[in-house]
Amino acid sequence: MKRVIEGSHAVAEAVRLAGVQVISAYPITPQTHIVELLSEYCASGIMDARFLRVESEHSALAALIGAQSCGVRTFTATSSQGLALMHELLHWTSGARLPIVMAEVNRALAPGWNIWTDQTDSLAQRDTGWIQLYCEDGQEVLDSMLQAYRLAERVYLPVMVVLDAFYLSHTYEPVDVPAEADVDRFLPRYEPRFQVDTENPCAFGQLVPPGFYMKMRQNIAMAMDEALVRFDQIQEEFYGIFQRRYGPVEAISCNDAEIILVTSGTATSTCRLVLRKLRDRGEKVGILKMKLFRPFPVAMVRKATSRAKKIAVIDRNFSFGASGIFAQELRAALCNTPGRPPVFGYIAGIGGLDITMELLEEIYWKTKEAAYPENESVWMGV
Amino acid sequence: MLEIRFHGRGGQGTVVATILLAKAFFRAGYQVQSFPFFGVERRGAPVEAYVRLDKEKILLRTNVNYPDHVVVQDQTLLHSISVTRGLKPGGWVLINGSAAPIERKPFEGYRLAFADANRIALRNQLGTRTHPIVNTAMMGAFARMMDMPPLDAIRAVIEEEIPDTHKQNIAAAEDAYREVQLLGLIEPASAPGPVTAGNS
Repeated sequence: MKRVIEGSHAVAEAVRLAGVQVISAYPITPQTHIVELLSEYCASGIMDARFLRVESEHSALAALIGAQSCGVRTFTATSSQGLALMHELLHWTSGARLPIVMAEVNRALAPGWNIWTDQTDSLAQRDTGWIQLYCEDGQEVLDSMLQAYRLAERVYLPVMVVLDAFYLSHTYEPVDVPAEADVDRFLPRYEPRFQVDTENPCAFGQLVPPGFYMKMRQNIAMAMDEALVRFDQIQEEFYGIFQRRYGPVEAISCNDAEIILVTSGTATSTCRLVLRKLRDRGEKVGILKMKLFRPFPVAMVRKATSRAKKIAVIDRNFSFGASGIFAQELRAALCNTPGRPPVFGYIAGIGGLDITMELLEEIYWKTKEAAYPENESVWMGV
Repeated sequence: MLEIRFHGRGGQGTVVATILLAKAFFRAGYQVQSFPFFGVERRGAPVEAYVRLDKEKILLRTNVNYPDHVVVQDQTLLHSISVTRGLKPGGWVLINGSAAPIERKPFEGYRLAFADANRIALRNQLGTRTHPIVNTAMMGAFARMMDMPPLDAIRAVIEEEIPDTHKQNIAAAEDAYREVQLLGLIEPASAPGPVTAGNS
């Protein structure tokens, strides 16, 4: 049934529908509404789950690592400084092959103190072994959360579902909240292959010599590769029940596009309007929406951009001393392809600055006018 | 697409007003979007929140910079911020208060409407003299001013979202719907007109 709910509540509804058994979180704006609703659901008995209040985000994830090791489905949510504090345990989660799902509401890192959206917090965790899914609207948030549990539990890797602060987390819009019975068909009970069990004692996380350790890391790399294959299979199953599906990337009007704008998060949505406007004027423009960031869908990016003359990447994030992070990934994905198009990098919307239609259009015209990028990054609107 | 900006002060239910209005429009068959501009959240501080509505899916995900209409839940804001910032020509400005003491000059080229929502709220036991809860009254006035959403949709949303005091809140919306004063377009300095010194 379609209901007008905010992005945060789309996360919470998915957690309820997924039958999560343990939730642990420490409050931080703009993630707060997610765990507020979940704590209400736990207190009122709508959810049969343990809600653990802890003293920090580090403890929140530590508690879930323990819970998930005992064979239950778990959830946490955080933002910005909170995610940074979890960093050590992000590595632990993927190393221990625990399919924990987290909602991450993009918020700028301090100082200066800023509660608004900025992707640097989640993208800075790119090497921690978490699958990352970026979302455009409330429906995609709810759907991605359900798919995240399927994917995580299939390949034994944790998944981070990422949404923009305020433009998504606090935005009310119609979202189809599916029936429990339909979700149960898509997402069966979690049956772990290994778990802490007093009847069957095992050692977890013990000392591992180099050869075994390297093999374990290679297994994680292979699980990431498998996630790319499973992602598409899961979309098909999801489509069969809910008639909605998402690609690891979405190539919009890219077939005949000379310039492709690469977007992620809510900027994609606004960019769809810019695309219509520019297409009406006869401009050959396309959009490549990045949904899956880890594993990075290299082959799909190459295919979608194979006929383009120029690529313009819009990054609401920055890696100091380098460039926008999506731009880096695009450049890396394309560097070994013959006749690759130049990649223009634009930094926009940092610290929650609005990414307007005018700004996106300006990026398009700047790219069209230049033969080749003069700088790795062009900072827009400052 | 229509874009509406609400101005209020923290604690007046400004954000809730936009959410309820969006839900009422959704019931009436519209695609909707509602979100606050998050600044410094504290009681009494100026707050902005937005509603977008359209017949098709709303893709625009930016702040509302050029609203079609504006709602001002607290008259004292008129002294500190420009409520007509970016407002499209001919747009409505619905103000909580009575028409008499408001200077017309800043609203030339816009349409003005007034609803005495403080009085209506208190009459219906909503809030206190110092903190009347005016949002449902403003919704009722808005519905009459725009001729949408239907009052029935507002009644239904209030009943669903504010179960404890839905009777008082529905009565406030209905009172404001009846009592709102629609002054209409303020012509640029056409007549000597009732220009006053304002109420500062």
